[in-house]
Amino acid sequence: MTTNLRIAALSALLFAAPLPAFAAESAWGPGADDAAFEAMLKSGFREKGIVKLDRLKQDATQAFCSDPIKSNAKDAAKARAEIEAANLAAVKWPSDGKFLGDFKAGEKIAQSGRGLTSTDKADQVNGGNCYNCHQIDKAEISYGTIGPSLVGYGKLKGTSEEALKTTWARIWNSKSSNACSNMPRAGHMGILGEQQVKDLMALLLDPNSPVNK
Amino acid sequence: MTAHPRAGLATLLLVAAVSAGVARAESDATIEGIEKYREALRDGNPAELFEAQGEELWKKPAGPKSVSLETCDLGMGPGVVAGAYAHLPRYFADTDKVQDAESRILTCMATLQGVDVKKYVDARWTSPEKDELVALATYVSGQSKGVKVAASATHPKERAMFDLGKRMFYFQGGPHDFSCATCHGQEGARIRLQDLPNIPTQKGAAAGWTSWPAYRVSSGQMWSMQWRLADCFRQQRFPEPIYGSDVTVALSMFMAATANGATMDTPGIKR
Ligand code: HEC
Ligand code: HEC
Repeated sequence: MTTNLRIAALSALLFAAPLPAFAAESAWGPGADDAAFEAMLKSGFREKGIVKLDRLKQDATQAFCSDPIKSNAKDAAKARAEIEAANLAAVKWPSDGKFLGDFKAGEKIAQSGRGLTSTDKADQVNGGNCYNCHQIDKAEISYGTIGPSLVGYGKLKGTSEEALKTTWARIWNSKSSNACSNMPRAGHMGILGEQQVKDLMALLLDPNSPVNK
Repeated sequence: MTAHPRAGLATLLLVAAVSAGVARAESDATIEGIEKYREALRDGNPAELFEAQGEELWKKPAGPKSVSLETCDLGMGPGVVAGAYAHLPRYFADTDKVQDAESRILTCMATLQGVDVKKYVDARWTSPEKDELVALATYVSGQSKGVKVAASATHPKERAMFDLGKRMFYFQGGPHDFSCATCHGQEGARIRLQDLPNIPTQKGAAAGWTSWPAYRVSSGQMWSMQWRLADCFRQQRFPEPIYGSDVTVALSMFMAATANGATMDTPGIKR
């Protein structure tokens, strides 16, 4: 009797519990069923405007970062460090040694999220998308929160050689300091040119920029 | 709802005029204003017009065979529309494929009506062909309003589709290194002022999955989930997903099954 009751209680519990999507997690990431995944990619997309199918070809960094469980695992520390080193080695430093451009131009670049979509033109001037993810000038209240606030960034960092270099490396190739950063590699991937990165540098670091007022 | 065509047009014009105001409000960054406007619209979601249009299309004999879609099997038996959207995507034995509502509607158009659906797949958004498909999806989704999401994953192909969808969700590529997870993988994040659901969680998946198709006030357009995904892929700097392709169905399977237990609130209304 008691056993029966216990079974009844147990099965009531089992059936009352909300059904999880699946009983257990199955293999899903890179390496799970690569043939099926490749076939899905191949049959799933078409070229449109300036966007060709080669956008689906991953570089080593993208491939590594496409499985957050593996790429964040403890035993992936060495692989992460290697990816950061390779991205850092690929950073192109300012050709004339000058890091800071014009902060007013930088603000415009930070505001713009244009460029490289299937509805953009090839001769479009690309934007940096910065406000999509960051608070920057306090006067702009329409800002995103995927990245940290950059208000007062220059006041905090100063303009030492080291501050200039780490900030440049961050904007040019964000994966140079964080292998799977959510931030695009603006210079490395050709989204922005050298002068545009200089202007953004000034927006963040120039003591006269509204960011540091 | 059977709207007089003229009344429908007037409403649309009114909405277009008001939505221009919304664009301005947004540039003033008064998100509260948009919220209030959204509240006011709840009583008269323009999506109902598209729902009515879709119902008409569903019931009207059409195509080379001149039959209606009324005997279409959306997974709950031929002719059952009520509750069907909440159980999709699912495996269909006749096509041996996992299908979402939109790819299934294409199948019914092809098999029942004899329509050459390639034209519909290839047509751009805002074409008459896509307008028809969006209206049909809006009608079908409306018949699941209030129904609990129950995407099954008992069939091995459904399970495989879920896993492929999850993998696609985290797949980075393009010049910006974006994946869906870049924008939809954290709690409480926004792009500019737009809140982004954290889709791998039940709450986040539910927010996204249960509210589309939706009327978008900012563009004055009715968007289906296929269109929503196509525009997110555009922002991701990816090529264009093909309408009804496995990529789109897999992502939908991932979202729907993650949202299981939530209540459908379709058609929705968005900023
Ligand atoms: C899609 C999101 C995204 C975009 C777009 C983006 N960032 Fe970031 N950014 C981040 C994240 C997330 C971090 C935090 C560090 C990390 O995760 O790597 C970050 C960190 C930074 C940092 C370092 C902050 C610190 O305190 O050390 C700087 C500087 C920066 N971003 C500048 C920019 C600029 C300039 C742009 C535009 C060209 C930009 N970001 C565009 C997401 C973004
Ligand atoms: C670069 C940013 C970005 C990427 C990448 C992105 N999205 Fe989005 N997504 C958005 C924004 C912004 C919105 C809200 C749009 C609006 O408010 O009009 C959105 C909305 C959505 C919604 C509706 C959410 C709701 O609550 O109504 C879904 C579902 C969705 N995205 C899924 C995806 C999927 C799946 C992918 C990958 C294929 C993806 N997104 C990739 C930015 C992005």
